[in-house]
Amino acid sequence: MNRYKKDRIYFWIFLAPALLSFIVVVIIPFFMGIFYSMTDWTAIAGLKPNWVGLENYKEMFSDLAFQYSFMRTFLFTLLSVLSINFVALAFAFLVTRETKLKNFYRAGFFIPNLIGGLVLGYIWQFIFKNVVPAIGSLLGIEAMEKVLILADPTLALFGLIFAFTWQYAGYIMMIYVAALLNVPQELIEASELDGAGPWHKFWNIIVPMIAQAFTITSFLTLVNSFKQYDIIRALTNGGPTTQFNDVVVNSTEMLAVHIYNVAFKYNNMAEGQARAIIFFLILSIVAMTQVYVNKKREVEM
Amino acid sequence: MGISRKWTGILITIFTGILFLIMMFPFFIVVINSAKASLEIITDPISMPEKWSQLFENIKIIWNKPTIRYASSVFSSTVITTGSLFFISVFSAMAAWMLVRTKSKLSTFIFLLFLSGLIIPFQVVMFPLVELFRRIREFTGIHMLKTYHGMILTYIGFGAPMAVFLFHGFIKSIPKELEEAATIDGCNKFQIFFRIIMPILKPIFVTVIILNAIWIWNDFLLPSLILGVGQEIQTIPLAIANFAGSFVKKWDLIMTAVLMAAVPIIIGFLIGQKHIIKGMVSGSIK
Repeated sequence: MNRYKKDRIYFWIFLAPALLSFIVVVIIPFFMGIFYSMTDWTAIAGLKPNWVGLENYKEMFSDLAFQYSFMRTFLFTLLSVLSINFVALAFAFLVTRETKLKNFYRAGFFIPNLIGGLVLGYIWQFIFKNVVPAIGSLLGIEAMEKVLILADPTLALFGLIFAFTWQYAGYIMMIYVAALLNVPQELIEASELDGAGPWHKFWNIIVPMIAQAFTITSFLTLVNSFKQYDIIRALTNGGPTTQFNDVVVNSTEMLAVHIYNVAFKYNNMAEGQARAIIFFLILSIVAMTQVYVNKKREVEM
Repeated sequence: MGISRKWTGILITIFTGILFLIMMFPFFIVVINSAKASLEIITDPISMPEKWSQLFENIKIIWNKPTIRYASSVFSSTVITTGSLFFISVFSAMAAWMLVRTKSKLSTFIFLLFLSGLIIPFQVVMFPLVELFRRIREFTGIHMLKTYHGMILTYIGFGAPMAVFLFHGFIKSIPKELEEAATIDGCNKFQIFFRIIMPILKPIFVTVIILNAIWIWNDFLLPSLILGVGQEIQTIPLAIANFAGSFVKKWDLIMTAVLMAAVPIIIGFLIGQKHIIKGMVSGSIK
């Protein structure tokens, strides 16, 4: 056997395990999914799916529940990105100060990130349902004692954002910490000698230095808020219901949950799949914009 | 100025301490309520428990309750996580090494194919994947759903893109001369990879394993589709969802189950803290 042929055999032996798993689990289902989204597929064994063209997509855009879920997902994503980044940045400043406890605090703020979304959702469900009213009665605050956070559409959304921020801010904090530690100490000292106030220091030295980190953190928080499923499933399961253009909708049923519910709760696999494809397209646009912005910034720097 | 600065410093220190306590509050709630009986937890969820020994009672109940099967879910989670980690890291390192060392259009294409996996969310392939696994059983008789191998295969497929990407970036920086010398000495590719390359890749192995371990151990949606909730094989999140999702909320036992799920992860984190934080942050930045 010549060397060239031998190299080719080795090439496939080394690639096959990872590549085949990836093709079977991701690539084939991906194309099946595009096909199924244009059929009346029901996942009932033995029933052949019939071609319906773009019917499922038309159905989706006229479905008020989808429109509502779409808007709620954007609202949830926007508020989560702001909340998580704000908290994470504040944490990052606090734990990069010279204190003996800084490593202790870093670990503490980071730990919620190790708790899975599902488990965390149940913890917060208990806090919102039982602990908050108990604290209210202890402090004698009637509003807090009576409030039903998870039964109110707006409060439930804020509850989700709160729980998600609790989980994720510590992780994003670590990325900001890495960036802040890269800011040269001489630069800050030099500006102090020049008489720069803390505000000036923040905007003109620290902000530009952490801009690179910001593209990463904004991308991570954006994508992970948009894809959120586990926390919602355990904390609100999409509820409570509310009215939207005279139709009853689930106020915290974000797209990831919505896709699942359409497919399984209402047993409409094909429609769920069409919505998943749109979900994917939105995410790809976000990802590509991110790559584009990053590339542009790198050129500038 | 010196004095006001000192006071701001003290205020910030106090503020950080308060934030820390707020962040720890949910854990505090879980711990005190894990040691309460069902009536006590409803009437008073914020006081210290009447007797801490209730904690062991609750743990015993969770561990032995046939409707939860907690012990078996710990076993299943361990098998699935370690199995997936092993195969994801070894297979991806093998693939990445070949992709870096082979300069051809085909290898570039395969690398880009793996990268495309980074932006495909699970939601878009989950329904067809279940269908595909069902079909595989119909045609070959091999069960894929509700099995360990089906679950682990799924994690390899979803974990490979990120792992290949990380290994690929690292291997590019390893000089080729090392391998060339070994080839002259008569080593075959397997010997070169497992004896020379693998030891060099150790830091990336750590990153890949940590990133995937946290994901797989805590994952819910994926195993809920492949294994199903309330089936024979169930991971810890599935067991908790099955038990906690039932109509009557037994909060005392749910809190204990949550505590039992969280404590091992937190202990693991405290032991390997430095590596874990470094691994997770560097994995995100690349």
